[in-house]
Amino acid sequence: MNTKISVSNFNLHYGSFQALRDVSVEIPENQITAMIGPSGCGKSTFLRSFNRMNDLITSVSISGTILLENENILELHPVELRKKIGMVFQRPNPFPKSIFDNVAYGPKAHGIHDKHELEEIVEKSLKDAFLWDEVKDSLNQSGLSLSGGQQQRLCIARTLAVEPDVILMDEPASALDPIATLRIEDLIQELKRKYTIVIVTHNMQQAARSSDFTAFFHIHEDRAGYLVEFDETQKIFTTPKNKITEDYITGRFG
Amino acid sequence: MTRNLFTRKLSSIQDEVLLLGSMVENAIINAVNSLKNRDVKLAKNVYEEDQNINGKRFAIENAILITIATQNPMAKDLRQLAAMLDVISELERMGDYAKGIAKVTLRLESANIKLPITEIETMVELAIKMLHKALTAFIEDDTQTASKIPYEDDMVDQLYNDVYHHAVDIMMANPQHVDDANLIIWVGHNLERLADRVTNICERTIFVSTGELMELEVDEDEDEFGLEEV
Repeated sequence: MNTKISVSNFNLHYGSFQALRDVSVEIPENQITAMIGPSGCGKSTFLRSFNRMNDLITSVSISGTILLENENILELHPVELRKKIGMVFQRPNPFPKSIFDNVAYGPKAHGIHDKHELEEIVEKSLKDAFLWDEVKDSLNQSGLSLSGGQQQRLCIARTLAVEPDVILMDEPASALDPIATLRIEDLIQELKRKYTIVIVTHNMQQAARSSDFTAFFHIHEDRAGYLVEFDETQKIFTTPKNKITEDYITGRFG
Repeated sequence: MTRNLFTRKLSSIQDEVLLLGSMVENAIINAVNSLKNRDVKLAKNVYEEDQNINGKRFAIENAILITIATQNPMAKDLRQLAAMLDVISELERMGDYAKGIAKVTLRLESANIKLPITEIETMVELAIKMLHKALTAFIEDDTQTASKIPYEDDMVDQLYNDVYHHAVDIMMANPQHVDDANLIIWVGHNLERLADRVTNICERTIFVSTGELMELEVDEDEDEFGLEEV
């Protein structure tokens, strides 16, 4: 199994407050890696570090390295980086545009303007996101007219349209009902054939159901988040090595 | 410690498993007593009590399945529940052995043969002791004790051989008692199998702690009938 993202001794501070300490982990290619841990353990911050979303926060300082296939992500231009590493957020956030324009937005931003080519990309992306059959006759309707689950799949299609290598998902199903959640989970399983997926979730059952690897983060006494254990999901949820992991996944925390 | 509801459910299921264990222990002791004293009434009681043992096993199984479905147990919690499913099925089969011995009592009611009762009683004593220790180790998560208990099985096997030879001697001396003597072998066989099943409980105790499924003490010399040097 190849490593897609390799993180070594990663530290992140908000001003003087250390949010992440000494995180080293290797995210395997074409696998689904889940990040779990209590609120405040830094898992979302860590996920956002992968496509440098924390750059926007002025007080943030980091050390250590994050390599995307041997390329230091800090040396890539953010626009270039985010083409390679896409992100899906907790709440579906379609643009107030048509379904078509939502998906075509990324490719257009990256310089594709040929109508036919855009149509192909939109169709392929919507198909890959399991949404095509439901929206193919209403591509001109507003993305906001869709249901929550459909909107989230639209956002996934929007991410796929720029053909990233990695898709980051920050609690992608937490605002959805159980059926829409299971559809997203099925979709994630399909997507891993082509993409490396990293997903942050509060729902441990979701991590257990749908990921191949799990990283468990915890909070140190000084409130810095750190990686306790990283292993195959099956092992984390059946025979974790660390007692803190066991206490967390069995719900006996604190 | 959080998850009070789950912890309460788990410990109430554990209590029920121990209760089932003591029902089975009583059934075996009563079955052998019925044989020793040719007590048909007691044998019939054992027969009827088996229904209660089966009923208790299904009730526990149901409680475990509901707990798995509603509480989403993980890791050791899940292993404990899965292991208990296994343990109650072992106990239920042990109850069947008691029933089998009670059946022999009924069949031998008027038979005029001498039983190797000392050997049988010693077998019961050893097997019950093993079972009791194994269930305690299971509930107390005591892998050290659990991994030693199977070695106590050797003595039970030896006594089974004695029972077997006793029965064969009867058959040779009095060919008209072949059927009855064969029933004596069944009693020994049931008790020997019972002790074997204790080993399965010990294996589950180790599984709960380590997550490893492994066989404890495989006896290479044992043939498919559980007899040695026959």
